[in-house]
Amino acid sequence: MRFLFDSDTWQEIYGSIRKNKVRTGITIIGVLWGIFLLVVLLGAARGMENGFKKLFGDFATNSVFVWTQATDTPFKGFQKGRRFTLNTNDIEVLKSQYSKEIKLLAPRNQTNNLITHNFKSGSFKVSGDYPILDQIQKKKLIYGRFLNENDILSTAKVTVISEDMYKQLFNKGTMPIGEYIKINAINYKVIGVYEPSSTINFDGDCAYIPFSTFKKVYNTANKIDWMMITANEGTDIAQMESDILLTLKSLHKVHPEDKRAFGSVNLGKEIGKVTGFLTGMQFLTWFVGIATLIAGVFAIGNILLITVKERTKEIGIRRALGATPKSIKQQIILESVFLTTIAGMLGIVFGGLTLFIIDLKFGQGVDAALVNPTVNIPIILIALVVLIILGTLIGLIPAHMATVIKPIEALREE
Amino acid sequence: MIKIEKLHKSYPIGKDSLHVLKGIDLHIKEGEFVAIMGSSGSGKSTLLNIVGLLDEHDEGDYYLNGQLIKNLNEKKAAILRNKFLGFVFQSFNLISYKTALENVALPLYYKGMKRKERLQIALDYLEKVGLKDWANHLPNELSGGQKQRVAIARALVTKPKVVLADEPTGALDSTTTDSVIDLLKDINEEGMTVFVITHEEEVAAQTKRIVRLKDGVIISDELTKSKK
Repeated sequence: MRFLFDSDTWQEIYGSIRKNKVRTGITIIGVLWGIFLLVVLLGAARGMENGFKKLFGDFATNSVFVWTQATDTPFKGFQKGRRFTLNTNDIEVLKSQYSKEIKLLAPRNQTNNLITHNFKSGSFKVSGDYPILDQIQKKKLIYGRFLNENDILSTAKVTVISEDMYKQLFNKGTMPIGEYIKINAINYKVIGVYEPSSTINFDGDCAYIPFSTFKKVYNTANKIDWMMITANEGTDIAQMESDILLTLKSLHKVHPEDKRAFGSVNLGKEIGKVTGFLTGMQFLTWFVGIATLIAGVFAIGNILLITVKERTKEIGIRRALGATPKSIKQQIILESVFLTTIAGMLGIVFGGLTLFIIDLKFGQGVDAALVNPTVNIPIILIALVVLIILGTLIGLIPAHMATVIKPIEALREE
Repeated sequence: MIKIEKLHKSYPIGKDSLHVLKGIDLHIKEGEFVAIMGSSGSGKSTLLNIVGLLDEHDEGDYYLNGQLIKNLNEKKAAILRNKFLGFVFQSFNLISYKTALENVALPLYYKGMKRKERLQIALDYLEKVGLKDWANHLPNELSGGQKQRVAIARALVTKPKVVLADEPTGALDSTTTDSVIDLLKDINEEGMTVFVITHEEEVAAQTKRIVRLKDGVIISDELTKSKK
């Protein structure tokens, strides 16, 4: 490997490249284009993935939502079309039966109410919730805090409102924390203001109040509208979903095959569909990128083959002067590797710049199409190494061609 | 220095083969200045190529510097060429994008010599052939005679045992021919074995021994008058 660090080796390569500047340039563009495409496509795919992730971002992606509808099968003396509700007993049963699988379980009750503050008012959703809601769907608080256990235990009349509600109900510049608003003619102290999620949003503009307070104020007794469940790491969420539904069916005397009685959404499954699409796209990206790269490398092999053909005589002279086949081969392969490496690096730089520009143009703002389009450094290094290996392999062909011909025949070439 | 016994060489042409050298016996001692003469097709170039290890013979024995040349692979041949042989070609065969100095230094590069050292030696040899001032010129900036002198410097730079010249004056006019021949004579005076192929009687007459080839056999082998 010593020849790699020999300035003479590079002098020789510089000499032969200088001789064919234009052609070398065009050849380099072939490989440059390949790795440029790979970088930009991978970056764009990543940006899109990040965009989707952001879309689901505030949600735990392993969530299942369950609510009740009407039965569609008669069972145990009940007619079909029966309506029923979830209750707090279900929560206890599920928590104890699926203690291993369930990480968080948030029962929820919701209603719509007129909310007033001084002379301003608006109709908003009111939701009775537990503090764990914040862990399932992260709330970005602008002021104050979210509900806590104390609020639940003391059935405190406190509420967390959205930014839009704050703007609608309060004068500009007033501090909402500690102020009282009227929900259904009952005073609640505002303890927090949250920024609404720009992406998936089940609640809209919603005043969150403690679950226990909701129960007391709206007299819901044990009734629950619906629940959010998140699974522990490593749990088969689809399995957990169907198991939970089965348990709930037996608790509520619903036929096990009843398809309509319970409604449920498995967020993981929905995300899986998108992820599958992204995986497909990434595969496509790799395929296109690598195919282009290979085409570029072949172009380099081709140009070296032509160069070797043109330089047959020169190679013959060198051999008459004592160049061994090995030294000739070394030089041609090194030339190939050098060209591919330079082209690869330039391609990466241009690709990076393009991603930077894409990020500036399309990656900014709340509803950006591509979020943070980047490529992993290790992936780029792998691509570069693959490129260098390909360059070596493709260089072998012209290198072989250069030495397969006898020196005497090479010398005769005109 | 060079000992050839019953050397045969034929080239395949389609199904037939062309028998070019038909049993050559030749013994060249160290310090000789030999001219091989013959019309085209007589096999003189083939003989030089075999002597120069650029081609392989079919039958017979060839000893270079006492070493039997047989079944050489390309690597060994390249090393022997570099070590023992210097070539001068009719068409100069300088590398067009290298300066005169770099051209002369090239054999030393393949010898594995350091750049600074070999450029110094190359410059010495350019001085010897009277082209020191032209060291940094490209071949296309030199005249034919100058090019051939650069080529001779390149052939000498490794201090070979034998200099092989294939029609060294073939592409030169008479004035430059004389200067090139004088240079070859000087080299020979210093003790170098010189082996020249030519079809010009005037050139041959200035060597010490003329070997005439015809149809692949030696028809005469005599010393010239210039042999003192």
